[in-house]
Amino acid sequence: MRKAPEMPELNTGSSADIAFLLLIFFLVTTTFDTDKGIIRMLPPIVEKQEKSESKVKERNVFVVLVNAKDQLLVEGEPMDIRQLREKTKEFLLNPEDLPNLPEKEEKDIPYFGKVRVSKGVISLQNDRGTSYGKYLEVQNELTAAGNEIKDQIAMQKFNKHFDDLPEDQQNAIKQYVPVMISEAEPKNIGAGKGRK
Amino acid sequence: MAVFRKKGSRKARMNLSSMSDIVFMLLFFFMVTTTFRSASLKVKIHVPGATEVKKIENKSLVSYIYIGRPTNEKMYGTEPRIQLNDTFKEVDDIRDFIASERAQKSEADQAKMTVSLKIDKDVKMGIVTDVKQALRRASALKINYSGRKDDSYLK
Repeated sequence: MRKAPEMPELNTGSSADIAFLLLIFFLVTTTFDTDKGIIRMLPPIVEKQEKSESKVKERNVFVVLVNAKDQLLVEGEPMDIRQLREKTKEFLLNPEDLPNLPEKEEKDIPYFGKVRVSKGVISLQNDRGTSYGKYLEVQNELTAAGNEIKDQIAMQKFNKHFDDLPEDQQNAIKQYVPVMISEAEPKNIGAGKGRK
Repeated sequence: MAVFRKKGSRKARMNLSSMSDIVFMLLFFFMVTTTFRSASLKVKIHVPGATEVKKIENKSLVSYIYIGRPTNEKMYGTEPRIQLNDTFKEVDDIRDFIASERAQKSEADQAKMTVSLKIDKDVKMGIVTDVKQALRRASALKINYSGRKDDSYLK
């Protein structure tokens, strides 16, 4: 028998060098910029500004104003941003059925049965001079209040965190504690253009 | 004088053939995860901190609008400007921008399109409100206020 010719060995020592070079290039250029943020839906535009705004009772509206100096006025009182979350939670839940906090109406909701659901709406208004940072902080606090309530109810009812629940149970909780944030149509007050 | 004898006349060689495999594996990982930034930023953006920020799931459905003070202040001044893709634009250009972004997406994805607003925290709300109104007119209603996880303003 003839001996099989020996395969010439390829020198692969440099392939690691090439791979390292490429690796370092991609290491340097990679940016893990995960975009994080607060998701919101804008209301669709209304062509004609109709005056027939449905009357909402004053007790059902939680008015948050932010002025050009980034100061907060909540329900007619100046407030610090740190108190806003608790105040919003109190408004949304109205646990003691106080007459100055929102009304509730009876609704049939899956998993909960007949329950009384708050009719409260949060109204957020800002000036053109408000800084975006403050605006987002306020938005964040309002969102946080809603999220904390939802999580609390999820814990009581299903003994799980809200984020871990299946979608239909999440939807039921969303119906149980609706968090509605309405933003006023921007108005041009006075010499609006020159204001900065 | 003692004579030192060389120990081990044969050189010990390490087997390096598996190193290239490992390096290649890492290489492929970084090649796959790399996303080249499509636009170079011409504005300074320091997004505000918030606690309730969530990750955006599908990156291919997101279009970005940047608002901030120009990096090159000598050329463009210090007033906040809007950047779409690679250039400075005005509020009126947002409609066209949204239309072209929408055209790039498949029909099924158009409804799920998200516009991420990357806005510097010191920008005034006036320009932001104008942009939001323009987005409403262009019926791009799903927006994302970009922020980073930080709760220092509560302390």
